[in-house]
Amino acid sequence: MSERISATVNGARFEGEVPPQELLLDFLRDRLGLTGAKQSCEVQVCGVCTVLVDGDPVSSCCYLAADIDGREVETIEGLAGSDFHRRAADAFMRHAAVQCGFCTSGMLLTAKALAARGLRGGRDEIATAMSGNLCRCTGYVSILDSLAELLGETP
Amino acid sequence: MTAPGPSANPAGPVGQSVARADGPLKLSGQAEFTGDLRVPGMLYGAILHSPVAHARIKSVDVAAAEKADGVAAVLTAGDLSDLDPYYGHALRDRPVVALGKVRFLGEPVAVVAAGSQAAADAAVARIDVEYDELPVAAGLDAALRPGAPLVHEKRARPGSAHGLGDLPDADGNVCYSYSFRRGDLGRAFDDAAVVVEGEYTFPAVYQYSMETHTTIAHWQGGELTLWSSCQHPFLVRQEIAVLFGLPLDQVRIIVPFLGGGFGSKSYTKMEPLTAAIARKAGRPVRILNAVHESMITTRRHNMTARMRTAAAADGTLLGRVAEAWLDTGAYADNGPRVTATAGDAAPGPYRWQAVQVAAHCVYTNTGPAGSYRAFGATHLQWIGESQVDEVARRLGLDRLEIRRKNLLRPGEEVRPGGKPLDADLIGDVEKAAAAIGWHEPPAPARPAKLRGKGVSVGLLAAGAHPVSTATVRMGPDGSVTVLVGTTELGQGARTVMAQIAAGVLQADVARVVVRGTDTRYTPYDRSTGASRSTTVAGLAVQRAAQDVLNSLLETAAARLEAPPQLLTPAAGGIRDAGGRTMTHAELVRARFGFDGGELLGHGRVQPEGGSGSYAEGPVFWEVCIAGAEVEVDTETGVVTVLRTSTVADVGKAINPQLVARQDEGATLQGLGNALFEEMVFAPDGALLNDTLLSYRIPAFRDIPAAMSCSIVENGDGPGPFGAKGCGEGALAAVPAAIVNALADAGVPMNTLPLTPERVWRRLQELKIS
Repeated sequence: MSERISATVNGARFEGEVPPQELLLDFLRDRLGLTGAKQSCEVQVCGVCTVLVDGDPVSSCCYLAADIDGREVETIEGLAGSDFHRRAADAFMRHAAVQCGFCTSGMLLTAKALAARGLRGGRDEIATAMSGNLCRCTGYVSILDSLAELLGETP
Repeated sequence: MTAPGPSANPAGPVGQSVARADGPLKLSGQAEFTGDLRVPGMLYGAILHSPVAHARIKSVDVAAAEKADGVAAVLTAGDLSDLDPYYGHALRDRPVVALGKVRFLGEPVAVVAAGSQAAADAAVARIDVEYDELPVAAGLDAALRPGAPLVHEKRARPGSAHGLGDLPDADGNVCYSYSFRRGDLGRAFDDAAVVVEGEYTFPAVYQYSMETHTTIAHWQGGELTLWSSCQHPFLVRQEIAVLFGLPLDQVRIIVPFLGGGFGSKSYTKMEPLTAAIARKAGRPVRILNAVHESMITTRRHNMTARMRTAAAADGTLLGRVAEAWLDTGAYADNGPRVTATAGDAAPGPYRWQAVQVAAHCVYTNTGPAGSYRAFGATHLQWIGESQVDEVARRLGLDRLEIRRKNLLRPGEEVRPGGKPLDADLIGDVEKAAAAIGWHEPPAPARPAKLRGKGVSVGLLAAGAHPVSTATVRMGPDGSVTVLVGTTELGQGARTVMAQIAAGVLQADVARVVVRGTDTRYTPYDRSTGASRSTTVAGLAVQRAAQDVLNSLLETAAARLEAPPQLLTPAAGGIRDAGGRTMTHAELVRARFGFDGGELLGHGRVQPEGGSGSYAEGPVFWEVCIAGAEVEVDTETGVVTVLRTSTVADVGKAINPQLVARQDEGATLQGLGNALFEEMVFAPDGALLNDTLLSYRIPAFRDIPAAMSCSIVENGDGPGPFGAKGCGEGALAAVPAAIVNALADAGVPMNTLPLTPERVWRRLQELKIS
């Protein structure tokens, strides 16, 4: 048994069948080959599987592929090349805010959603808004420096 | 942070904060990790974990699983009868899958390979195992009491990378002990004006590299290829070759990017099991751990310890006695080395009349414990440093002054026969103290809040075994490729290795390429751990680049008809005294006479003037220094870290920004280790908090309001350009500084982590409200 869905993934149309229990993360990684979203905690805590569904960050490890029917999905592969990504990558590079890189895609996608919502707050507000994305390498300071700069620029 | 941002000008890259070479790939989601790879024909593996912690296996029935949809093979111990199926680099004590009995809850008993992960998971549930349960020793107390159940009945054989001298006889569940004694202990304690003593508990901790352990195994024509998230590919190759009876060159380990390591991916982990199921299936198989599986693959040792410190009335430290018991779980993994390093950290970097240390590595019926960043030092530093502070308090001395008086100075002996101290500890700790406002007047009192400050100083025996080799290749277009076996696990090793080669050759660092290890083509490097990459592998890269430079100079001397001593490397070429320059590309083409050929340079680091054994080491002493200011809420027991400072005493910072990033990451891990990270085992051996919902790691909100890192460059390291390693010391030092700050606030603690409940109970005992 499977469900027929019609969705947009990184601007491209997807029409097809998905098993009702298939997770969005597995759908993206195994079926579409979009491996920028990673698997780690599987319980919606760590944020490395974050993608945007209709602009909202979701944990694709706990989100059914069937539920993207009629929606737009954006992954890091779609974000790359955008003006936001160029500015974010520039800030992350200057602050050396990337170490192992496993959390990076999720960080950037959550940041994109915050920017789209017009979050302009200070470091405390950004830290609270980012609490669904964990990083074990950096100690967060360099990421927070990058985001404070990036979101500060957002009109 | 004191480190500058990346340099816009990559010329003369050593000492510059060159932007990370792997940044663009990682920022665009293109960086490949092992779990992103798909090998044609690849099957998916799933593991049957033991539901009990200690039992004899009466029977294993896999018939139903073998018939399940999509299943290609099911592996049990019976499939390994043609092998000596034990591995373990320190003690060869672990079977590939449980053989005869299970020793921890979660131990792999069988493995299924199927066409999809779902099919493999479903088939695992159809395996029927009968267990005959045995008494369980699920912690140190249970394993050390008289008559405790034995986790291993037989004494283990030493593994191929044991390196710790003769194995003592096994004593109950103690599988290894490390001890030393020097000086006249009786006199030191008789002369003491003050003796501080206590018993201490340190928790089991999960390293949590966000990428879980992942391995793909593929047998072709009797040769085995493994793609694996491993830190030490050459040591894995060695163990796998021994296990499967293969020559080294028929085992090939390929290492993609690692999603963090922190020691959790050191030595051999899931590779034997993955190779074994792939051998049976006759097809490539991938095993990708879930978090709960990685938590029982490796963890940090929990420990109990006793310590006594004696001092004279003027604050002179006289003697110290320490004994520690480290819980290595059901298999030794790196436990013996962790135990020895803990023993070495016990005296702290002080001048003693007498010390006596014993550290014991203990088998229990829990998941195996191995390496985690700054092992041993993290275990002991907070204990020793809290006793130094307590001595100062009892004698009415300043806590910095007692350290100035007793800290070892450069050149003094740390360990008999070992490397003398190669760092300025007094200068370093003064920096750490200044950065948290040591001499500032106390903040105004707030209701139900107490504040305190603390510093800590320690040393970590670093560098592991000093064997690394590297090759540098220069092509006819002047491009440079560095082949070096260091694993990029996030620390920035590929960027730093490129800087070192570019620095020697005076090449544009952007033209130097460093990629991941493939043991078939990458020269040997012992391991990526013990803060050794920059120091040891980096030295091999420096020498390999120098070898290429020598060839360039030889060709330039002939072509420019100039004496070699008047030639210098300069911006992508060689220049003579008159300012004439030949570029690298021109020189390579001139040497080979056409637009082809390649210069090869080799660099080698090996033990010099000794065997490189642990006793003669370390390669260098990594400095572990931090300061912290904390505030405790006396109504709730919540401890908030307000300020931290660390000192990265690195000899020479090849890339200052990356040095600072290492200290920041280690600081947050230290904060987690100190305040809330703890794996909780039930008496039956079950890990009770085996998800990120119940095992919390630091998040954005946990960053202290102020964090600083001072980089000290005294050029006193044995590595390239006077460098020595970094990245671990802060993790040992930060918990100790936090404990000392909390004691300064009036709440001395002997148990980590400093959870609100634990601190609140202590506040009640102390009648503080």
